[in-house]
Amino acid sequence: MKVRIKFAKYGAMKFIGHLDMMRFFQKAVRRADIDVKYSEGFSPHQIMSFAAPLGVGIESCGEYMDLEVLSMSSVEDMKDALNRVMVEGVEVLAVNVLPDQAKNAMASVAAASYQIHLKEGSFGIPDLAQSVALFYAQNQILYTKETKKNILEMDLKQGIYEIRAGETQVLADSMSSVAAMCVTDPGQNRMTVPCIQMTVDASSSGNIKPTVVFEKFCTFAGREIPVSAVQVTRLETYTDLAKEGEPGQLVPLLLQK
Amino acid sequence: MKKLALSDEILMRVEKPARYIGNEVNSVVKDKSEISVRFAMCFPDVYEIGMSHLGIQILYSMLNEWEDVWCERVYSPWPDLTKIMREESIPLFGLESQEPVRDMDFLGITIQYEMCYTNILQVLELSHIPLLSKDRGEDMPIVIGGGPCVYNSEPIADFFDLFYIGEGETQYRPLFDWYLENKRLGGTREDFLHGAAKIPGIYVPRFYEEIYKEDGTIAGRQKKYEDIPDRILKEIVTDVTEAHYPLKPVVPFIKVTQDRVVLEIQRGCIRGCRFCQAGQIYRPVRERDAEKLKEYALEMLRNTGHEEISLSSLSSSDYSRLDELLDFLIAECDRKHINISLPSLRIDAFSLDVMSKVQDVKKSSLTFAPEAGSQRLRNVINKGLTEEVILKGASLAFEGGWTKVKLYFMLGLPTETEEDILGIGDLSNKIAAAFFETVPKDKRVNGKVQITTSTSFFIPKPFTPFQWAPMCTKEEFLDKAHLTRKGIMSQLNQKSIKYNWHEADVSVLEGVLARGDRRVAKAILKAYEKGCMFDSWSEFFHNELWLESFEECGLDIGFYTTRERADDEIFPWDFIDCGVTREFLLREWKKAQSQTVSPNCKAQCQGCGANRFGVGICYEKNQRGNL
Repeated sequence: MKVRIKFAKYGAMKFIGHLDMMRFFQKAVRRADIDVKYSEGFSPHQIMSFAAPLGVGIESCGEYMDLEVLSMSSVEDMKDALNRVMVEGVEVLAVNVLPDQAKNAMASVAAASYQIHLKEGSFGIPDLAQSVALFYAQNQILYTKETKKNILEMDLKQGIYEIRAGETQVLADSMSSVAAMCVTDPGQNRMTVPCIQMTVDASSSGNIKPTVVFEKFCTFAGREIPVSAVQVTRLETYTDLAKEGEPGQLVPLLLQK
Repeated sequence: MKKLALSDEILMRVEKPARYIGNEVNSVVKDKSEISVRFAMCFPDVYEIGMSHLGIQILYSMLNEWEDVWCERVYSPWPDLTKIMREESIPLFGLESQEPVRDMDFLGITIQYEMCYTNILQVLELSHIPLLSKDRGEDMPIVIGGGPCVYNSEPIADFFDLFYIGEGETQYRPLFDWYLENKRLGGTREDFLHGAAKIPGIYVPRFYEEIYKEDGTIAGRQKKYEDIPDRILKEIVTDVTEAHYPLKPVVPFIKVTQDRVVLEIQRGCIRGCRFCQAGQIYRPVRERDAEKLKEYALEMLRNTGHEEISLSSLSSSDYSRLDELLDFLIAECDRKHINISLPSLRIDAFSLDVMSKVQDVKKSSLTFAPEAGSQRLRNVINKGLTEEVILKGASLAFEGGWTKVKLYFMLGLPTETEEDILGIGDLSNKIAAAFFETVPKDKRVNGKVQITTSTSFFIPKPFTPFQWAPMCTKEEFLDKAHLTRKGIMSQLNQKSIKYNWHEADVSVLEGVLARGDRRVAKAILKAYEKGCMFDSWSEFFHNELWLESFEECGLDIGFYTTRERADDEIFPWDFIDCGVTREFLLREWKKAQSQTVSPNCKAQCQGCGANRFGVGICYEKNQRGNL
């Protein structure tokens, strides 16, 4: 039986890289005593796969992994069992049983939504909402990508499905909006800050980095904001339920059929 | 959520930020308002090395079990972060609280190898604690040194307020109680240290002074207070089975050197190899009960989620219930898909059978440590491994499908001749020949055998029978390595043998630090000021800076390394009593020179002196010989 696990990653844990997160979950699955399925062969490993790697420094409340289990009592029990063995900064948000024929998490990823807010100070852009709207209203958003082999010019516009200005709640201490969501301690001071939210292509062929879009926007708005000054948060990861030729129908990976 | 000591911007700039954020599974965070003793436990090397050390896990877990104590971990920041911390004057912090070490009551540093001495200074400097004990004010943490290197602590004596000699489980509670009592009484730092000097196993170096003869050797020692001991007897755990064990070890996020559950099956070693310090200072051998170990194994696997377990001891094959323990682990671990990583076992039918169950025979390699190339020299060093045993073990392994063999030797051992060195090539060749004799042509995987022969340079260590022995110069070492290579190259099967040798510079320096006296501290400080740090990492080792430092301090390297010591010379470490007597060590040194082997502790007691502790193998049944 295949289950899909949705989790959040924030605070100190944003500095743990993708491969180390996989190791972390492998150990957590053992600690939680989940009846996980192992591969065959001389050094069997848990059958586990992650959706889209998250860059170091980025927080998320929309991370996914798939796990194959031999048995389980209920999705709620599994969620609780995992949360009992987590550390601060990783929280399992939901567990869902996948249909047997479902594609694995990584192959299913079509898009992701992100939020960018400043860790201190302000954007310094008078009408942020209008600037963002004007930025997105351009016919083309050209971006020059330098790889080891060559220089590519690409148009970001078709991979940006939505972008707008908004507001988000953060914990004042850490300026983390995922923590504001996950940490229930009332002793923590909360505040509301402006942010930019976007939904972009996250498929293996057309993945767009939110920081690239942000940099292009800053240039457009005539403001220089170093990437080190912002906190990037992945809000959700989506799959596309549309059939070939139909218009896109993005739904969170948790709801994959 | 607590705030990290380092900003996001810095953490994004340095390599492996996970080294500095704490928050690992089983790390202990306490409410500091309820704590009276805050302890920073430091391994002065990079996180991945320090996190792999069992001793720290034991003490961390034991100290945190006490309600009034909070023990945190500290490791050496890597050079990239060191630079930033210096530039921005960021104080070194404990991983758990992310608060400065400078504000804690104690900084305990475990000293596992000599080449970390400059890292001790790095940790002190980054903590904003004066490097010299005498310069520390009343509000500074008490800096404690422990671990095997403190059996000769004199070269680093100036940097520490006190040393804890021996096993850490026994005296921390009395030490903390005295610390709190002295605080309550309004006592000074000096008062605390004076009282601490009377606690068993505690050595306060500032209260003692070395007096030298004209030839530079030691004439004697003077002490500041009448009521402190002349000799410090090491501390040991008398009942290892009942001793504290860390059942919830901290689980790192990043891959560390020892990324597995570690089960310490016994302390000490019965073998008595004459070059080995661990074999003497951890005497007597004390075994943990196998039933308890089985419980520990299951519980630790449950608490950590590790996918591998390993046994730890100096010589696992000598553990009396090894078969039973391994049978249990193999059965349990197979069911749970846990790997068993085997410590270096003596290669025989039993160990090969076990290994074939837990390893991929085609990929894994066998390890032999003959240490010397000839039987004559193996008798000198009391290494009871014979050529016959090695060849028999290798043949058995080849029959079982193994094709890779690793061999470890030392160069520069006392009485070594060219013949002994050439013996290394001969033995490597004979093992290759054994493969071709044992395995028929059509059954050879890839058609060949891979033998990796490695040599390190012999460094005489305190509290070994070889503490009197002269050490080779760098040039002599390199000549020996070249001769070894020539010997290997002339062998029939030389194409099957790969030869590696260790750096000579760093071995010479280790020799100075190992048998140095208190005067050596100046050179360590100078080398650190010149930029030496992470000396055990070849990419950061700067021999020329060390040579300059010794010269500027007027210290002669040869005095500490190549000089032959008289039988009655007073050594810088003589005032420490590790249980094994100097008379026994001298007796062994004489026996070495006459190529006479000594039986191991199980076969016959050699009267080393460790029986004074009243425990362990010295008192077991079936012990022949006298007590």
